[in-house]
Amino acid sequence: MPKEYRTIRGDVALPYKWALGKTWTRFFDGLKEEKILGTKCTQCGKVFVPARTFCPVCLSDMAEWVEVKPEGEILTWTFVSAKYYGQVKDPPYIIATIKLVGTDCGFHHFIGGVDLSDAKQVRQKLKTGTKVKAVWRPEKKAEILDIAYFAPLK
Amino acid sequence: MQRVAITHVAQSPGVESKENLHDFTYQVNREVLDKAGLKRADVGCIISSSADIFHSGLSCANAFDWDGIGAFMKEGSRAEESAMSFIYACFRVLSGHFDTVLVTAAIKGSENPDNDAITPFYGDPFYLRPVGMNESVVAAMQMRQYMDRYGITEEQCAKVVVKNRGNALFNPYTHIRKRVSLEDVMSSDRIYDPLKALECAPKSDGVVSVLIASEDKAKKLTDKPVWLSGYGCSLDHFIPGDRNLLDGQLQAAAGRAYEMAGISDPRKAIDVAEVCEPYAFQELLWCEQLGFCKEGEGGKLIDSGITQMDGSLPVNPSGGVLAMNPYTSRGLYRIAEAALQLKGQAGEHQVGKKVKTALAHSTHGFGGQCHSVVILSA
Repeated sequence: MPKEYRTIRGDVALPYKWALGKTWTRFFDGLKEEKILGTKCTQCGKVFVPARTFCPVCLSDMAEWVEVKPEGEILTWTFVSAKYYGQVKDPPYIIATIKLVGTDCGFHHFIGGVDLSDAKQVRQKLKTGTKVKAVWRPEKKAEILDIAYFAPLK
Repeated sequence: MQRVAITHVAQSPGVESKENLHDFTYQVNREVLDKAGLKRADVGCIISSSADIFHSGLSCANAFDWDGIGAFMKEGSRAEESAMSFIYACFRVLSGHFDTVLVTAAIKGSENPDNDAITPFYGDPFYLRPVGMNESVVAAMQMRQYMDRYGITEEQCAKVVVKNRGNALFNPYTHIRKRVSLEDVMSSDRIYDPLKALECAPKSDGVVSVLIASEDKAKKLTDKPVWLSGYGCSLDHFIPGDRNLLDGQLQAAAGRAYEMAGISDPRKAIDVAEVCEPYAFQELLWCEQLGFCKEGEGGKLIDSGITQMDGSLPVNPSGGVLAMNPYTSRGLYRIAEAALQLKGQAGEHQVGKKVKTALAHSTHGFGGQCHSVVILSA
């Protein structure tokens, strides 16, 4: 929007190349094969996804890899209808925190396979504890979005 | 132990300023020095707070602000989050190295994109950003958990907006001075269901300067020094899914601050609180974790009227962050407002009761990743 006073418009776009590191490389390569990989802490026994090099609780090595079932239950969620610059996709969409079976943390991803035309109905359908399952995108790129979304189990 | 006091504060209004950030910063800084009768040369050390590259698209960190706050050719330091810049300033005095330290936080929210467009960059580019996480998304998920777990109602959350925007009518320095009704809040767009548009803080301009001094110096500079009596800070994990969003680090931060201040019953000991609530329900959740009520009773707390301007524990008499959100400066604004209440200089939004102990709180990061609690006393 134009302002009533003098301004200079500028946009900043800079290219970065972020190292994935050993652990996340293996995690994202796993997604390519439709596998969700976590790591288990040798001290506290907790399992985290995405896989970690070190335990966020104990700050110790997480050397043991585990394949996590691509299913879990919704801990909480939001129905996004806000619009903003640079948004990852056009609203409306649902983002949830999901507890995957056998893990000890929340996993953040989209919820799909739900009719988004009526937010009220979505509220009735999605609850804490609603069981969901990963739906894979056909073409894999070793990225988090190789999981297209999680869909409620019938 | 050496004591440290706030002697003077100056603040800009939160409304959009047509000044550039340099001049905007200078004006407030000039004002606080004039109030104290000091020249730049008299100030021992200067701490700045801003996140220029991220929240302004300018310079690096806060190098851009050093000229406007007179930090050039001085010992100084910086923090992005302004409650942290405040404590760094206090450390400089407590260490015995400086008699006076000036701390200034500066931001022009009106110049940059919406918070929702900026806060995705808090997230990492591998996992959190591609799945659409931003500060409001996490807040909305936190709100739903809060309501689910404790039976807090949407109306109780919305009441916080009505209260704080009502208080803001009496604060000439705030940003949005327009009363809203419960119905206005409840019928505003559910932009991040269950979060409604009016429950999310605006984006504001804001420069605030606080002059800090040693005990001897403070007593020379003012007849109403405001003493630092407690401080605590605690950080939580980076990935929201690794944390319990309803049991973060605020209790730990508050516990440290209360212990230092010798407070065992905060509900009785605190006379007024300035709490950082970028999302309405967070005021209720934070009040629980600050010990103003029991766990899960934040809804009852707002219903009781205790936290109203004329209640026994007013929360956010300034209007809080829901009325004015100068992002990185908002923590120091809470501290400045708490100091004004203690000095009896808050003007029309001065609370009716006698203020001997005040609490200022600041938070940043997704869903309250980091919390700082400052206890000030007269």
